[in-house]
Amino acid sequence: MGKIIIDNNRCKSCYICTTTCPKGLIKKSSKTNRLGDYMVEFDDPKGECIGCAMCAKRCPDMAITEVYR
Amino acid sequence: MQQQELKEGVNIGVNAGEKGMVQVFSIPKSMKENFRYTFCPGCDHGIAIRLVAEVIDELGIREDIISSTSVGCAVFLYDFLEVDCVEAPHGRALASATGVKRARPDKVVFTYSGDGDFASIGLAESMHTALRGEKVTSFCINNTTYGMTGGQLGPTTMMGQVTTTSPTGRNKEYFGYPIKVAEHIALCDGTAYSARVALDSVPHINEAKKAIKKAFQVQLDGLGFGFVEILSSCPTNWHMTPEEAHERVRNEMIKVFPLGVFKDVSA
Repeated sequence: MGKIIIDNNRCKSCYICTTTCPKGLIKKSSKTNRLGDYMVEFDDPKGECIGCAMCAKRCPDMAITEVYR
Repeated sequence: MQQQELKEGVNIGVNAGEKGMVQVFSIPKSMKENFRYTFCPGCDHGIAIRLVAEVIDELGIREDIISSTSVGCAVFLYDFLEVDCVEAPHGRALASATGVKRARPDKVVFTYSGDGDFASIGLAESMHTALRGEKVTSFCINNTTYGMTGGQLGPTTMMGQVTTTSPTGRNKEYFGYPIKVAEHIALCDGTAYSARVALDSVPHINEAKKAIKKAFQVQLDGLGFGFVEILSSCPTNWHMTPEEAHERVRNEMIKVFPLGVFKDVSA
């Protein structure tokens, strides 16, 4: 089981991570950050994340700051 | 890899604090503290700068790096990387990098510029730096348009592409053909390494990191000029969403600008 940490002050809502995650664990959130963009949130109730870090590698704004496994 | 204490705080995620987890990704140490990219959403400059920072960390050369930055969106490099930078006039990043390297041959010198800076206004300086075989490393971000000034037709604009200065698409009668930078640099005898990479998917990003490391390595080994052309997206000026822009890189750009290593004297 893995986990990621998202820094929403860096996120610019390009949603590349939501289509990159092979298991679809990153979802568009209903909350907004200080820029008014809809943020993304990590939603992994079953513990499916394996910490492959593909989302972090493709995030253009380095908003996924840490990945653990 | 060492186990590290999990941080808690403002971030969204599952409850932090499980022990026994290994950190597999973190922000490179060569990035400035509390930086925030000022690029458009979905712009690949952020990934390219991260890869450069990771390679600088892995090679352990942060204290010896001097960067010569260009003009264009790529100029913001010095806001994010914790390295010494010299600002060059438009297109002359490699000319000033030559001066820095000849004055301080013990330092590692690199330039980071866009296609407008490297292949349009600065083509003479770039090509002659490669022909002289200067021991510097250069990265050219190719997004097929002039990003900072509003999406005009650039030297790498593809045939048929609509830009603000080619509203009916690029045609060979009026505008001619796009330049393939990596192949041209590979033809220069002073070049030690020339490659083209893309940042549209995770395997391509991994390849890009290897190419960037190799381009630094040929400089450290004193073999000659190291060059990497990086295909990037520009969602704002292509008038696409970030995902559509990466689809375009994957389906259209890579066909025109094939990926690969075009010259490697150390191989």
